[in-house]
Amino acid sequence: MSEIVIKTENLSKLYRLGVVGTGTISHDLNRWWARVRGKEDPFLKVGQENVRDQAAQSDYVWSLRDINFEVPEGEVMGIVGKNGAGKSTLLKILSRITSPTTGEIKIKGRIASLLEVGTGFHPELTGRENIYLNGAIMGMTKAEVKRKMDEIVDFSGVSAYVDTPVKRYSSGMTVRLGFAVAAHLEPEILIIDEVLAVGDAEFQKKCIGKMKDVANQGRTVLFVSHNMTAVNSLCKSCMYLKNGRIVSIGEASEIVNEYLSSENASMTEVTWSEKERPGDDVVTIHSARMIDSQYNNIDYVKMDEKFGIEYIYEVHKPGYKPNPNIHINTSKGELAFVGIEESHSGLSEVGLHKTTMWVPENLLNDGNYSVRLAVDSYNPFIVHAEAKDAMYFEVIENMNKRNHDFKRKIGGVVRPELQWESNIISYSNIVK
Amino acid sequence: MAVRSIQGAENQEWSLVIKPKTNWLSLNLKDLWRYRDLLFLFVRRDFVAVYKQTILGPAWFFIQPILTTVMYMVVFGGIAKLSTDGMPQSLFYMSGVTAWSYFADCINKTSKTFTSNAAIFGKVYFPRLIMPLSIIVSNLIKFGIQFLLFMGFLVFFLVKGSDVNPNFYIFLMPVLILMMACLGLGLGLIISSLTTKYRDLTHLVTFGVQLFMYATPVVYPLSALSDKNELIQKIVMLNPLTPIVEAFRYSFLGAGTVSPIDLVISGVTILFILIIGIIVFNRIEKNFMDTV
Repeated sequence: MSEIVIKTENLSKLYRLGVVGTGTISHDLNRWWARVRGKEDPFLKVGQENVRDQAAQSDYVWSLRDINFEVPEGEVMGIVGKNGAGKSTLLKILSRITSPTTGEIKIKGRIASLLEVGTGFHPELTGRENIYLNGAIMGMTKAEVKRKMDEIVDFSGVSAYVDTPVKRYSSGMTVRLGFAVAAHLEPEILIIDEVLAVGDAEFQKKCIGKMKDVANQGRTVLFVSHNMTAVNSLCKSCMYLKNGRIVSIGEASEIVNEYLSSENASMTEVTWSEKERPGDDVVTIHSARMIDSQYNNIDYVKMDEKFGIEYIYEVHKPGYKPNPNIHINTSKGELAFVGIEESHSGLSEVGLHKTTMWVPENLLNDGNYSVRLAVDSYNPFIVHAEAKDAMYFEVIENMNKRNHDFKRKIGGVVRPELQWESNIISYSNIVK
Repeated sequence: MAVRSIQGAENQEWSLVIKPKTNWLSLNLKDLWRYRDLLFLFVRRDFVAVYKQTILGPAWFFIQPILTTVMYMVVFGGIAKLSTDGMPQSLFYMSGVTAWSYFADCINKTSKTFTSNAAIFGKVYFPRLIMPLSIIVSNLIKFGIQFLLFMGFLVFFLVKGSDVNPNFYIFLMPVLILMMACLGLGLGLIISSLTTKYRDLTHLVTFGVQLFMYATPVVYPLSALSDKNELIQKIVMLNPLTPIVEAFRYSFLGAGTVSPIDLVISGVTILFILIIGIIVFNRIEKNFMDTV
């Protein structure tokens, strides 16, 4: 049984919207007057729930509301939620950048946060000087940094420039150096927010490796990310926040699925305005939609019916042979399959093209998928136009049509209809 | 997850409890001590960054007081013909300028603690008080350099045989410096805390510090006020810096008006201001990110 290292009790955070100006002072005086008389802050009552796309009715918004959770020692917990769900606010409170409006958090052990790497880098100082400074800002002593200096420099991969002022660094190098320092903190609790989004692939691998190390050493990690694959593979448990409240906490894979199915609301039709059309000077994509066999728009896909992905693109220049193709990805970001146009009819003609890929029934398992549309030339290979995550759709199964009695979710990316051949080949005598 | 030892959790000793508000005077000195390395790295950063990519480098620390002294000699000594208590003008003004600019730098910079460090405060926690403290210390180094310059002038005039009399009050110097630092820090903390939400005060600071200088015997000696308006005398005497600057000057030049009682009163006032400053700063630092 492991100890609880983070425990929050009714944590809430109220934010004021709008501009601070002459008008604000009346509110402040109001609150002060209420406090003097020993009454409750009048503005704590009026805060509304944090829903970003709704017009605000009140000047105050609950960025977090009644957050209660516990994290046991050694747990790697993911925090997922849409932008504005309160993830960053929660991390900011945990890392003491701002304080809660009500409630409290109890923490056991040294806590360090990587809200953004390279905090406090001074452009005029050299890499080495900045390692000392940054390390100290993050809570290391000078002796600690000195001891780990070689490791940090090695890890960052910028050893050749370590005595050059940081202002001469590329942004990628700055980030590497910053992460290297952060990765060598040795806190009992590590808070990470979206840092994996920066740096090149090789460096990201290093970072994930470092995170795993930290986790393997039995330290606690809170990990906020929009990358569901990362959350899924790194985290044991997960918390799903929506509009400042906890929707659910549980096993990482379950929560990720729940999050994806409720937030990645399907989007089965898209039209780009003239300025936003993805593409280069050869090809641009205009619009796309998902259809059933009667060419009607659909909101979701029935597993046992075929469906089509149709898109319209324009070829602006002759001399290429732009070939449409579609990638279908699972909600975890894995590629399910790629379809490439094969009819080869008039692909190089300049003008507006419409293309449809028909996906047979009983191919994809139930779940959420995203569509990447592209138009490429293959000789030489050029990606003319690409629209990642252009559409999202959900495949839904009619359970009543199952020909067996297993009535729970069946795993896997594909759900082909398979031929079974079963016979009894010999009877045994049953002793009654 | 179900098998957590919830019962055990109640008895645990938490190393940190984050609450909406803390006690008025919880200074968290332990935390401050743990981050002492950071303080010196900030000092180093400020110091190194100032003269990087300049040709004259640290010489700029000398140029500023020299030019100011020359300007005062022309304007206040030459044109306005203010008394200098019979001291050589250059020494008189330089002693004032050296002491005054330490205080002015402290208050000017610490008063911007929150606004100019919002970016770094917004990303990582360390005891916020480290920042203003580092400003006080790095200005102390600058003061030290300028003080050496002043000593150079003093020695020159001593050798020349001018009528300057350094005396045992010199031993008070560390106390005087500490008092100036505390006053600058205290006022700076108050101002920086008050400006996180409403910026009005920032417009007043630069101007206010200048006015403050004229209420302090920097360009004139205290003795020059004896035959002047009583109100003016009162204002200048109420200023906690007045006895400090006078004592500073007296200890090196042997001319000025020093009374131990005034120094003690000024010390008490400064302590009071500093405590207020720390309380206000403490209250603000937890939430200033939301309003800055």
